[in-house]
Amino acid sequence: MWDEFKKGVITENALLKLMVGLCSALAVSNRLENGIFMGIAATFVLVCSNILIALIRERIPYQIRIPIFIIIIASFVTVVDLVMKAYVPVVYERLGVWIPLIVVNCMILARAEGYASKNSVAYAAVDGLGIGVGYTLVLLVMGFVRELLGTGKIILFEKTIVSLGPFNPPLIFVMFPGAFLTFGIMMALLNRYESRKKQ
Amino acid sequence: MSEPYRYFLIFIGATVVYNIVLIRFIALCPLFGVSSQVETSIGMAMSVMFVMTMATTVSWLAWNYVLEPLHVGEFLYIPVFILIIATLVQFLEMVLKKVSPPLYRAMGIFLPLITTNCAVLAVATEAVKPGFLNLNVAYHFSLPEALVYTIGVAIGFGLVIVVFACIRERLETSPVPHAFRGAPIAFMTAALLSLAFMGFTNLLGL
Repeated sequence: MWDEFKKGVITENALLKLMVGLCSALAVSNRLENGIFMGIAATFVLVCSNILIALIRERIPYQIRIPIFIIIIASFVTVVDLVMKAYVPVVYERLGVWIPLIVVNCMILARAEGYASKNSVAYAAVDGLGIGVGYTLVLLVMGFVRELLGTGKIILFEKTIVSLGPFNPPLIFVMFPGAFLTFGIMMALLNRYESRKKQ
Repeated sequence: MSEPYRYFLIFIGATVVYNIVLIRFIALCPLFGVSSQVETSIGMAMSVMFVMTMATTVSWLAWNYVLEPLHVGEFLYIPVFILIIATLVQFLEMVLKKVSPPLYRAMGIFLPLITTNCAVLAVATEAVKPGFLNLNVAYHFSLPEALVYTIGVAIGFGLVIVVFACIRERLETSPVPHAFRGAPIAFMTAALLSLAFMGFTNLLGL
């Protein structure tokens, strides 16, 4: 069980290793707060859809499994969509089209097809949780780096928690190119760390 | 604002100012997955444009004539649109196979991939719920406007993946630092391209 969880977080990290679900991660990681909410939303959908698919996996006809998976995922995304709109309207506004787009996040469909449809409920739940936590962690690191460098401070729930003091921040990090830059450097660092470890 | 000028603004806005790939980060998977050869990226771009236009038309009709009159749009639009797209892709695949085998050979392999291409769902959603869009010409799209918007987005997508494929073909033979080989250098390239596209910000007041 623990290994399943660790696999999702580290060795099969959706973003850094499998490179799926990139779009949303790069787009919303300009603030730490966005990362937290997006991570929770995606993890919720992952765990719920994994559990439901694992529960009914023997009853799903093989030929139409993809539409069924997508409908299951879409229903949970609708739940997230409406809940966030009701309780955190400001964040919902900021995340915008990314909430409905969780449906087509390849990370979730890949887990449904590749894991949940072949394994028991408990394993599927742990797998969903692991992948979700791995995704959230990367979002948090990226959100932290980008917000800190790009604005000079980090604002969490309307409170400034870290501040670099008065300096002129390189705005580029909160803007679009900053996402590619931060992610590319993260991947390169990971590559370097791994090739060091091998030697 | 005169009518043709409004269309022009929507088109330019969708193509370059709010470029779907580099400025809005939608549809990154094909950018990093497919675009290592120029020819395949052109095929991909054509099929995306085809599916997107069809999907937007059907979703727009579904939203305006079925979902909205019944007041169920707000909570049913996600499953309905994704079903429309999935069915449409399947349908197109069958029609193409029967009607035009050469076209099917050119586009066939990309079609199943397009179902999960977030760009198609994003465009279909934005064409009916322009609240998501910060283009300041958008309040509520009529069908022709939605189509102009869709085609603009598709051209923007095609432009970027073809340019990116050209650069990646060159990158294969360039001396890249060891740690950056493969995906990381592609991200660096994308960062520079995105920086270039930011030059279009505020073009024509968009």
